[in-house]
Amino acid sequence: MIANDIQTILPELLLSVFAMLALIGAVYTGKDKLTLPLTWATAAIMALMALWIGTTNESATAFNGMFLSDAYARFAKVAILIAAAAILVAGAEPMARRGLAKFEYPILIALATVGMMVMVSAGDLMSLYMGLELQSLSLYVVASMNRDSVKSTEAGMKYFVLGALSSGLLLYGASLVYGYAGTTLFTGIISAASDGQLALGLLVGLVFVSAGLAFKISAVPFHMWTPDVYEGSPTPVTAFFATAPKLAAMGLFARVLYDAFGAAVSDWQQVITILAVLSMFLGAIAAIGQTNIKRLMAYSSIAHMGFALLGLASGTEYGVQAMLVYMAIYLTMNVGTFAFIMSMERDGKPVTDIAALNQFSKVEPLKALAMLVLLFSLAGVPPMVGFFGKLYVLNAAVQGGLTWLAVAGVVASVIGAFYYLRIVYFMYFGETESNVETPMSPGAWVMLMGSAAIMVLGVVNLFGIEGAAAAAAQALVN
Amino acid sequence: MVGLEHYLGLAGALFVIGIFGLFLNRKNVIILLMSIELMLLSVNINLVAFSSFLGDLVGQVFTLFVLTVAAAEAAIGLAILVSFFRNRGTIAVEDVNVMKG
Repeated sequence: MIANDIQTILPELLLSVFAMLALIGAVYTGKDKLTLPLTWATAAIMALMALWIGTTNESATAFNGMFLSDAYARFAKVAILIAAAAILVAGAEPMARRGLAKFEYPILIALATVGMMVMVSAGDLMSLYMGLELQSLSLYVVASMNRDSVKSTEAGMKYFVLGALSSGLLLYGASLVYGYAGTTLFTGIISAASDGQLALGLLVGLVFVSAGLAFKISAVPFHMWTPDVYEGSPTPVTAFFATAPKLAAMGLFARVLYDAFGAAVSDWQQVITILAVLSMFLGAIAAIGQTNIKRLMAYSSIAHMGFALLGLASGTEYGVQAMLVYMAIYLTMNVGTFAFIMSMERDGKPVTDIAALNQFSKVEPLKALAMLVLLFSLAGVPPMVGFFGKLYVLNAAVQGGLTWLAVAGVVASVIGAFYYLRIVYFMYFGETESNVETPMSPGAWVMLMGSAAIMVLGVVNLFGIEGAAAAAAQALVN
Repeated sequence: MVGLEHYLGLAGALFVIGIFGLFLNRKNVIILLMSIELMLLSVNINLVAFSSFLGDLVGQVFTLFVLTVAAAEAAIGLAILVSFFRNRGTIAVEDVNVMKG
């Protein structure tokens, strides 16, 4: 019994044991001198684990259904681990250059990753909450990593207060669901929550849980923390925020909606639809006036979450598949874009002003080209992979009978294209001279060029993730 | 006779007080931390009341987890508060405004 349980959670167990040993080891020996080897070791372990999880094929449940390891969890875990490892590799050198090479950073990222892996595997409200809190508590600390900076500590504070509020909302919802379903297991909740005749307590609980999770994915109207936290945190940390935790929270959202409330689709569909529409439009419109590229990326991530929610709102298996494909593409694009943003500096100081990129193409034509590809892909311009991600979710919305939602999505994506293209305009036809330097470590360079190359080459067959996403969606919905 | 609905009413009232404390308080970040704690503890009342009503132990186990996490959360919140105070020299809520969001 217990041996099987441990076998099922072995990846999470190993990663957390590694994090704790690394913490003890680093405290008693070299402290911050160990940061670089620790960062690489963490990234290597995450990459190996992604390979391991990606190649296993059997599904299992552990601890009486509290922890599920199915195709859906495996898909999300592989994406989370790869994104976290990529950000660690790309961010190692920029962190050191800003004097932030602290050994706690890779350890906290590893612990946050364990939390995310538990989140997407949750089969019970308790494992959901524990995973979510392990992730959130680690992220509050990394947000205020630069503790001598007013902005960074303020970002940490805002993230903490609003994150704790969202955890409180989620928990209140969870307590109501427990009370009215009589169990915290998703398998038990789904039999208590049937379509059309949802008990009032369950409905209120569902709304509270959705509000809490909408905070974590920064969907409008629960998005207000995102721009400030993205702006204030050190850029490698922002890069991490924009990638793995978004997928984990989205994965958890889908897990709750389908595993626990899959029999009451019509009850949550409207809520998700509203979140999706508001996120897409606010993300597209509010980013237009931004001059800080980190704030701009915050609104961009809000808009992208709106599109991913479009897949969920359709309420079909194909919708979940579309959401997973969209999130995987979003992760890849953001890793590359942020690998570039974290290298931007002038006289050794980080620069986040968009105007600093004026005529950047004359200085660094190759990097400018890679950014052009990534920004086109973020905007959803046809030949790039980002377009196919958008096509996927719009198609899912149409198939789910939400044609008006798909039309709204197209309109929002056209509005949103403006601000991505504005950056491209600055880089190629800017009026003043470029005065930004972008020194990059080989790791960050590989991330930037690699993700740009994927955005072009992926149009052939999206590197086969469609099949994996379809299997994952099938495991979740049925 | 004190029934389930009384406990739920109490928990709901405390939860709402906690939320209002978060949004109406303009003075002090410590009060924010207290409001958050109030929200989490009201959830605990909910869970224990349901647990006793349903005759099911899971709710009480959940409560213990929530208590533990709340303690960890308060520790991290205070740590962030201390480093914020060192940089800014104040913990008034209206001074948490270097970035406008």
